[in-house]
Amino acid sequence: MSDSRQVGADPDGQADAESNTDETGNRRTAGETILAAEGLRKSFGGITAVDGVEFEVERGTITGLIGPNGAGKSTTFNLLTGVHTPDSGRVRFDGTDITGWQPDRIARQGLVRSFQIARELEDMTVMENVMLAPPDQFGEGFWASVLPGFRGRVARQEAELRERAWETLAFFELDDLANERAGSLSGGQRKLLEMARVLMTDPEMILLDEPMAGVNPTLEEKLLDRLHELQERGYTFLLVEHDMDVVMNHCDPIVVLHQGQVLAEGGPQLVRNDERVLEAYLGGTVES
Amino acid sequence: MTPAPLGQLLGALRARLDAVRGVVGNRQVTDGGTVQRTTSDLRFVAGLALGLYVLFLVLSLLGGFQSAEAVTSRLQSVTLLALVYVMLTLALNLQWGYAGLLNLGVAGFAAVGVYTMALLSLPADGLGLGLPLPVGILGGFLAATLLGALAALPAIRLRADYLAIVTLAFSEIIRLLIRSQPASEFTIAGQRLGTGGTDSLDLPPNPVKSLLYENPDQGAFVAVENPTVIGDRLFTAGEAVGFGPSLVERVVYAVLMLAVALLFYWLLVRVGNSPFGRVLKAIREDELVASSLGKDTRRFKIIAFAVGCGLMALTGMLWQMEGGGSTAPTTFEPELTFFVFVALILGGSGSNTGSVVGGIVFVAVLLEAPSFIQRIVDTQFGVPSAPETLFDAFTGVDPFLGYFLSDTNISALRFIVLGAVLVYLMHNRPEGIFGGRTEIASPIDLSDRSGTEGDES
Repeated sequence: MSDSRQVGADPDGQADAESNTDETGNRRTAGETILAAEGLRKSFGGITAVDGVEFEVERGTITGLIGPNGAGKSTTFNLLTGVHTPDSGRVRFDGTDITGWQPDRIARQGLVRSFQIARELEDMTVMENVMLAPPDQFGEGFWASVLPGFRGRVARQEAELRERAWETLAFFELDDLANERAGSLSGGQRKLLEMARVLMTDPEMILLDEPMAGVNPTLEEKLLDRLHELQERGYTFLLVEHDMDVVMNHCDPIVVLHQGQVLAEGGPQLVRNDERVLEAYLGGTVES
Repeated sequence: MTPAPLGQLLGALRARLDAVRGVVGNRQVTDGGTVQRTTSDLRFVAGLALGLYVLFLVLSLLGGFQSAEAVTSRLQSVTLLALVYVMLTLALNLQWGYAGLLNLGVAGFAAVGVYTMALLSLPADGLGLGLPLPVGILGGFLAATLLGALAALPAIRLRADYLAIVTLAFSEIIRLLIRSQPASEFTIAGQRLGTGGTDSLDLPPNPVKSLLYENPDQGAFVAVENPTVIGDRLFTAGEAVGFGPSLVERVVYAVLMLAVALLFYWLLVRVGNSPFGRVLKAIREDELVASSLGKDTRRFKIIAFAVGCGLMALTGMLWQMEGGGSTAPTTFEPELTFFVFVALILGGSGSNTGSVVGGIVFVAVLLEAPSFIQRIVDTQFGVPSAPETLFDAFTGVDPFLGYFLSDTNISALRFIVLGAVLVYLMHNRPEGIFGGRTEIASPIDLSDRSGTEGDES
């Protein structure tokens, strides 16, 4: 691994102490734009799902993306990650124009997503799921996997990855389940597994599509702790979430989508008090 | 055969397997690496083969085979066909079991290999280019690999059903092309080439013939007169147990096939146990997940598909060169493809050992056993002939038995049994004999935590 940011190591707080000074800290300047959506537009048939969405995500933040049903959140997500190609507009990630790239290429660039409904690979074990993710595995070449001469090198890399995989699983408290089929996990554990898998790809930025949906409060607490811990280590998050408590308490800034456009953008306080947001989305029922 | 005994058979096989591997339910007791599992699997397959040999030996004795030569000859043909299916099933398992690529053109890719090899290696004064056999075999392998990649390219980015349609059509196009009048004989740059059309086409003498005979291309009767040193020894040894030269040759060929089948198995187990195989499994499960984790899924799919097609071609060539060494387009009808699928489903899609067991059980129990049983009924009880008139049908003792077990109907009966077995499997054991077991995709033991915790290593 060229960039081994000890993902998942030291779940017990040591990481917090050194998070600002670790080796990658210096290239993660706050305030710098890491992801930019520029006038994204996409229609399906006669329906314009996303109509000129424009926002920026700053490095090191947990940015929330909210909006009522049909506001275009999922489509925006799919446009950012290459699942759909925008009709017009551009996506810029880390200074590179990634508009129209295939999803796998975008992921290799460091922008990795999770799915709304956890899509774990059911018939593979939890460990296999996690071992799948690391980029540039030597053993993914056909000849390297078959020819006798390369086997040793593959096995050595596997051993390294295995070590990292165990650490990551321990970080998400999934290590006891490592040899189970991923299909036998509970809904919340699947969400954790998805996070673990995403982290193993060495991402710069992680897009989470409703990570808290179907997760019980205890587990939700745990997931949020992990999220902040990772944020402190320098990861950037973009979060689509329906749970207002989660968004208001953990995301900053927040981007509000409505009818395929950005309605408001700013800190929780700002968004909460925005007249248009209250009217369009929250229906004026939020006590503040 | 009724479904109930089959269920017992599957249950027994499963129990045996669990005993060998120390498995409880579906959970693997994580005490061994892949090497250990491979050896225990091979031991299981060897035990299965041995059991089937004993069974078939008994069946052939009951069926009135008189000499050791006749029994061996019959067992050799069962063995060879079983190995062919094992190899085809292994190749299909790489495509369908691992990567989820539905290839309905197994027969077509095998045919491409056989006929390309024939065109390259048949004598130049015949219908070929007269190149050496290894060149022909390599050519057949590469042609199928390339055509596989080519046929898959447009369809592989779409859903699995499109690939199925494309490959089925491809397979039929190949077969009809081989049969067609223009292809049966044509001339390019003064060189006469051809597929022989609907007729059977004599293939170049197989490597075993070259090993045993000084001049293998001069026809069986002349060749036998001039054995090589090795051939001479083997023929003498064969004579001692009453085997004629042609049987000796066929037995040696079966041993060669066994070696190649083992090579296939070794190769595919390695692919399955590698990060490459891990990505294939991920693609089968959910391609969008694999690509959103940064895997270039098209590359993996095309490589897996092309390699599978090449292996099918190789199998086809080795199969058709055996014995008399001729081939015909009727061998490559779609039913071959479906048979291989049945074998894979029977054994357990996604498992290499399952593919081996599926191929063996399919050929032994479903393809070959019926004719053995027919023979037994024939010799022991004397099969009454099918009723000739309506009057006979109503007054005869057992007209239906005679009807079902006649030579022409036994093969039709086979399809009925096959259908029943498939329906039964789909309902009661959709994952096959070896399905549902976890073959972890890694060259190392992933449950080993010694690197992180520092406990006993």
